[in-house]
Amino acid sequence: MARSNSARLDRKKFFADPVILFAIILVMAFLVLFIVYPLGMILTQSFSRDESEMIDQLEKQGQWLVALAGEDAALAQNDFPLLGQAAVAYANEYNKSRKTDTPEINACRAELEGYIAAVRQDQTLAEDFAAAVSAGGARLVSAEELLEHVEQIAALYPELGRPAFTLSAYMELFESSVFMKVVGNTLLLGALSGLCSTAIGFLFAYVDVYVSTRFKGIFNVVSMLPIVSPPFVLSLSMIMVFGKRGLITYHLLGIRNANIYGLHGILFVQVLTFFPVCYLMLKGLLANIDPSLEESSRNMGASRWRVFTDVTLPLLLPGIGNAFLVSFIESVADFTNPMMIGGNFTTLAAYIYQQISNFDVRASSAMAVVLLCISMALFIIEKYWLERKSVATLTGKASRVRMRIEDKGVRIPLTSVCVLVGVFVLGMYLLVPLGACFKQWGRDFTLVTTHFESVLVRGMQPFTDSLEMSLIAAVLTAFISMVIAYLVVKRKFFGKGFMEFVTMFAMAVPGTVLGIALLRGYITGIGHSGFMVLVGTSTIIIVAFIVRSLPIGTRSAVAALNQIDKSIEESAYDLGAGSIKVFTSVTLPLISDSFFSSLVSTFARSITATSAVIFLISARHQLITPQIMTVVDRGKFSEACAYATIMMLMVYAAIAVMNIVVSFFRRSRRVKERAAVQ
Amino acid sequence: MSNAKKGVRLENVSKIYIDPKTNKEFKAVDSINVTMAPGDFITLLGPSGCGKTTTLRMIAGFESPDEGEIYLGDQAINSLTPNKRDTAMVFQSYALFPHLNVFDNVAYGLKLRKLPKEQIRKKVFDMLDLVGLEGMENRYTNQLSGGQQQRVALARALVVEPGVLLFDEPLSNLDAKLRVYMRTEIRRIQQQFGITAIYVTHDQSEAMSISDQIIIMNKGVIAQTGTPREIYYHPNSEFVADFIGEANFLRGQVAGLEADLMLVEVQGVKLPVARPASAPAVGQPCTLMLRPEAVLLREQGVLPCKVILSCFMGSYQNYHVMVGDTLVKIADNYPVGRRVFQAGEQAWLDFGKDNVHVL
Repeated sequence: MARSNSARLDRKKFFADPVILFAIILVMAFLVLFIVYPLGMILTQSFSRDESEMIDQLEKQGQWLVALAGEDAALAQNDFPLLGQAAVAYANEYNKSRKTDTPEINACRAELEGYIAAVRQDQTLAEDFAAAVSAGGARLVSAEELLEHVEQIAALYPELGRPAFTLSAYMELFESSVFMKVVGNTLLLGALSGLCSTAIGFLFAYVDVYVSTRFKGIFNVVSMLPIVSPPFVLSLSMIMVFGKRGLITYHLLGIRNANIYGLHGILFVQVLTFFPVCYLMLKGLLANIDPSLEESSRNMGASRWRVFTDVTLPLLLPGIGNAFLVSFIESVADFTNPMMIGGNFTTLAAYIYQQISNFDVRASSAMAVVLLCISMALFIIEKYWLERKSVATLTGKASRVRMRIEDKGVRIPLTSVCVLVGVFVLGMYLLVPLGACFKQWGRDFTLVTTHFESVLVRGMQPFTDSLEMSLIAAVLTAFISMVIAYLVVKRKFFGKGFMEFVTMFAMAVPGTVLGIALLRGYITGIGHSGFMVLVGTSTIIIVAFIVRSLPIGTRSAVAALNQIDKSIEESAYDLGAGSIKVFTSVTLPLISDSFFSSLVSTFARSITATSAVIFLISARHQLITPQIMTVVDRGKFSEACAYATIMMLMVYAAIAVMNIVVSFFRRSRRVKERAAVQ
Repeated sequence: MSNAKKGVRLENVSKIYIDPKTNKEFKAVDSINVTMAPGDFITLLGPSGCGKTTTLRMIAGFESPDEGEIYLGDQAINSLTPNKRDTAMVFQSYALFPHLNVFDNVAYGLKLRKLPKEQIRKKVFDMLDLVGLEGMENRYTNQLSGGQQQRVALARALVVEPGVLLFDEPLSNLDAKLRVYMRTEIRRIQQQFGITAIYVTHDQSEAMSISDQIIIMNKGVIAQTGTPREIYYHPNSEFVADFIGEANFLRGQVAGLEADLMLVEVQGVKLPVARPASAPAVGQPCTLMLRPEAVLLREQGVLPCKVILSCFMGSYQNYHVMVGDTLVKIADNYPVGRRVFQAGEQAWLDFGKDNVHVL
């Protein structure tokens, strides 16, 4: 091809830059090792055969041959019973190691193959033995029957350890009514949760953008809270308010056996957690609608309601679909809330965790794959269909400031609904630190500090461990995501598409699936090799934190990088800077906001993460979130509140520190700018 | 890097792109050969999409050629990365580092060269004086006007004393008055340094006023190379004539050849013109180029015509006239004392034989 020359030169220039090459290799290795390989592992496990059945079969065939010899010592020395013994030995040995190339199993195989070859060669052996057994009177066998068993053994033993593809794990799952019920629950909850979250999120967005209101503050607080709080905080306060001994249900209304556990409980909590995400998404889109579109419709005689249904809603439809799917995905992946207030209503993420202790590798892998597929399907619709559509309909920037609705008939009811919801959510969050201050929530409302004391006395290890690992993960994630974004946006190289795809794809992997995949991938070392046995180490937990946050960090860095004119970096390059110098002296300072926000969000997400790490924690490491779940399980809500309060304080403190650092940079720059003008 | 000015040579350089719509290859730059002398101001001029920016970016190293070799001085630089090439570029968008102030922007390249701090200070302040930015060193780029940003970009490129200075349409974001002022500034500074400069633009008046050599490109190939004067008065094709300034074309036939004259028959009139070096044979078709300012409209002249538009433009009187079925534009630069024709009138074109150029 004629273009080959420039490709060759580009390659040459590329390899003149070992740092970039090194960075690409490192990132690729990380993605392959910790995303592609573990997921591939559960995929292959879910399609693998159930070998224990084949082992049983082999053992049974062998025992049948052994049994023919009966009590007769002379007969037992015949080739056929010995062959049977060899088959049994082979089955046992394989069952022990599940490997086909250890010295022990090789010895077993050699013996077995020897006997098989011997009896195959000489037909008279079978006839003699059959006659001897029949003469003994124990039972009648024919030579054909004997050889048939030998052939079955000969066919069976090489199959062990040979990779084979089977759908049987999935067939069993889909035939199980319990599993199908769980899948149904998950989808039902996801759809309901998506619908309600989108509706409330849309209401908030509409009021924020379209209606003149004085309550902007509450919108910001409500939209920030779920991002910086642990995912189970709302479940906790929900139980405290509406549970059996709940503040409202028991103490206020006097209901004796209120039951918050179940679909309605999870739904309520999930909607309160996810609607702020929908609000933020839809707010951005609504603000981008050019007001003159609606004004022209109004100008042609449409009522305000007609404007809403004819112009605003259709323009926003893809965005609404998008918000629905995003909260659907979140709901499907949600692990903590169903665990805490699901009661008998089990969703897939929680079910997998409950079933993991059954040690059925194939079944749990297959379940994880089903969960992954649901999540992926929703993600693909969202990413490739709706997101594109919503960008296509709302390209223009708003040309002017929107005239806000002042009409009291619209303003007062809409605003009051929003304020009520906002105050309620706020109250739910405030309840957690409050709950930690009472002796026994629901029974004895005496103010005490014992819970904090007992948490602190019992040991700081969960806090220090969580803090340490989250900090390491935050720094690594922020850095890796900047590097990935830089490579993907600014560089051309082989495998770029792969890097982009895997990073984005990781966003759709539910925490439960990632946890189980990392567990399976590294419990006996990579590829069962005994090398990199990471399960039980803090490394695997940090890796899980990083993988969970990497897509978000990368996405924000990609957006920031796309804003930077490529000639800015080119000019640094042209002035003599090598690629690492360009990255550190120009690129990184320009996307520092994105770097810091990725740092904070990874920290917040990691310290509150539950779903993935619950599979990976060991006795050596304690984390706060599993600790809280244990405490809640025992019904010690006040103590759980104390844990959650300290954790939230840590997150807020981290965010505050980060904000101070960032604003210090900005202020010092502003001061310098001002000084320069004077 | 040395501070000696360097020439640039392109030998058979091509660059192939794939058209994203048709998925077919096309040559953005098609086997061009250029020699740029050290110390010259060379302009790459052409309509958008002619390959001029691609050529410049190949010299800088941001793009790799598919054929041919690029030499900087005597060194073949095809496989060098941009940071290893002795070039400095002034970008269309200036590409100033927004997180650095003026001083640090200009000092960036010097710091990379690990010069001592004092020397960097001195060089940067000297350079800021030279480009007229004294006292601005602490400003950030967003506190500067477009013209000032342009100067910072220029200073940043010049201060590293590159062998070749590259300009990628550096003035296109400035308003018209500033553009004229900045181009004389650029020319002044270039001459003061005696540095080789390669300048990409699509603005022909910019190219005319600033260059030692103009290279006109069209569809990936070089249409003509020469001094501004050569190109204006002796374009070698209709494309060049039309692209540089305004041009009228009269189609005719060679009617006779003499020692230093050629007779061309246009609309039945035999016009004597200066005989070109390689004249077509008698009877061959031939195109004459007439600049609008080289023709006068009179009551008597060499070619009869009909006025269809007459418009007073201040500094000149603008006419559109029809010679047969050919439109001819005329710019009468100081019509005072001459008769002004109105649309609809019959008139004559008047021009001397040296005012016509045979294509």
